[in-house]
Amino acid sequence: MTSAIPAKTTTASSTEPGPRVERDTGTGNGKTKKPQKQYSDRVRAERRLGWILAGPAFVIMLLVTLYPILQAIYESLFRFRLTAPGEREFIGLGNYAVILSDPVWWSGLWTTVFITVVTVIVELVLGFALALVMHKALKSVRGLLRTAILVPYGIITVVSAFAWFYAFDINSGYVNNWFGWLPGIDENLNWFAQGPTALFVIMASEIWKTTPFISLLLLAGLAQVPDELSEAAKVDGATWWEQMRKVIIPNMKAAIMVAVLFRALDAFRIFDNVFIMTNGAYGTEVLSLLAYRQSISRLEIGLGSAVSVLLFLCVLLICFIAIKLFKVDLAGSQGGK
Amino acid sequence: MTNTSTRGKILWAIVTVLVLIYALFPVVSILATSFKAPSDLTSGKFLPTSGRATTSNYEQILVGDAQGLFLSALRNSIGITLIATFIAVVLATLCAYAIARLDFPGKKLVLTTALAVSIFPVISIVTPLFNLWRTIGLYDTWLGLIIPYLSLTLPISIWTLAAFFRQIPWELEQAAQVDGATTWQAFRKAIVPLAAPGVFTTAIIAFFIAWNDFVYGISLTSTEAARPVPAALAFFTGASQFEAPTGAISAAAIIVTIPIVLLVLLFQRQIVSGLTSGAVKG
Repeated sequence: MTSAIPAKTTTASSTEPGPRVERDTGTGNGKTKKPQKQYSDRVRAERRLGWILAGPAFVIMLLVTLYPILQAIYESLFRFRLTAPGEREFIGLGNYAVILSDPVWWSGLWTTVFITVVTVIVELVLGFALALVMHKALKSVRGLLRTAILVPYGIITVVSAFAWFYAFDINSGYVNNWFGWLPGIDENLNWFAQGPTALFVIMASEIWKTTPFISLLLLAGLAQVPDELSEAAKVDGATWWEQMRKVIIPNMKAAIMVAVLFRALDAFRIFDNVFIMTNGAYGTEVLSLLAYRQSISRLEIGLGSAVSVLLFLCVLLICFIAIKLFKVDLAGSQGGK
Repeated sequence: MTNTSTRGKILWAIVTVLVLIYALFPVVSILATSFKAPSDLTSGKFLPTSGRATTSNYEQILVGDAQGLFLSALRNSIGITLIATFIAVVLATLCAYAIARLDFPGKKLVLTTALAVSIFPVISIVTPLFNLWRTIGLYDTWLGLIIPYLSLTLPISIWTLAAFFRQIPWELEQAAQVDGATTWQAFRKAIVPLAAPGVFTTAIIAFFIAWNDFVYGISLTSTEAARPVPAALAFFTGASQFEAPTGAISAAAIIVTIPIVLLVLLFQRQIVSGLTSGAVKG
């Protein structure tokens, strides 16, 4: 592995992000002026060590993702059922044609998109409020607040799903009893027997569990807005809302974008909550569940692989849109610049 | 700060209580359910009817009928999660050290790959793995889950640790090297003690992620040999076919939540700094 790395440029490394540590020269800016020969052995050794250390993790990451997705692309071109392995047959893009002409795919796609959009918007607002609370909190309660907020973050999604499910369930729940005074809610309301109410509970569980993550990202963003800026705005007579809109939010735009993208990608993969609460019934089928049902339950490896590939393409598309249109700098968000 | 006025204090007390309710309510809810007797489940009340609260659900999964199902799942979850966490943290530590400290071509490629892997839809990987694992005999084994768990835990571990390592005063390593230590010795003697807190925090985050897994758990296992708790919960059945397993599932859910709550209580500061430094600039 290491011999394949050309020991050529020292200048290329200067484009790398990350704080440079000048250890060869005491003068600081000596990157390009280093006499090449004198250090080439050392540079080469460093590169080799770099790949020896980073290599295993890198190779494993590729093996557990790149290989399976290539395999999925390949298998998606066949009509292939595990229960009838002998009838494996190459059908080109046939599986894709089957899926894309099936309303089940499209309703799954729209449900997934709907869940993604709603949860991300709610989480952004709620997460921002929580981040503000943690940011401004008195020292005495700061630890308590952070501890409380980390509980949903750490909890197993399936456990969250059951907690919300049992609270709303027509048999074991108490929500109908508590909120019976609201229009539309009475003791006979079965939340999981129709799409809209089932989606409501599914999204509530999803939002509860993942808002802490978004709020921690936003908290880190808030911490980077210089205090002097909002102080200055306050002196100039700006209201709280004006400070937010004109000073704080523009200054943490990068953090907001990263948080939104990460959460959107995560929400798009929603699976656990839906599986536990409705198992995709009553119009709550999402794409991940569709893929699971095809390949794992029905053993339709060809069709399932094609759904997986399409889902993967959707994720790529979201990334592409975020990075190209909204200029979210994911790699740059890492301590680089 | 105007916060310290009496009115401010009351306001903060209210806000704190609201946040606590938000964060803890569902947990308390399932905790209450876990103490309900089967006949009490349909009471429509939040708490068990007084005088009828029972620990029978816990008995059922720990020493009763369902213990085979639950205890084996718990053993699988703990074993698989700890091993996967350990491997991920060791590999990520080496990798993040190289990224933070050494100059080598492809550094950015490694970081970008980690990012790409972390946004990968798990379900897209599951179908081919399901097929492959059945062919090579990894289906329904510990190893068959540990390997895909690395795809969940490695990327975030690398990013978190790289962020931690960038904050370490590397002059110490230099000093050790000046004193005649090799790069490896300098790493081990001077840096490891400083890096240990970051590594530990990363381990907690990786543990949370592996502990949370459901998709791999239900797709790549079929029996008690390897099925972890979240997957086992989804397949729990009641004591009889007419009895919903609500109580048993709630009790099991509480048991697997205990380690999470303990870790959060003990290490909230480290977890917050780990999560935020890994993801956002600074």
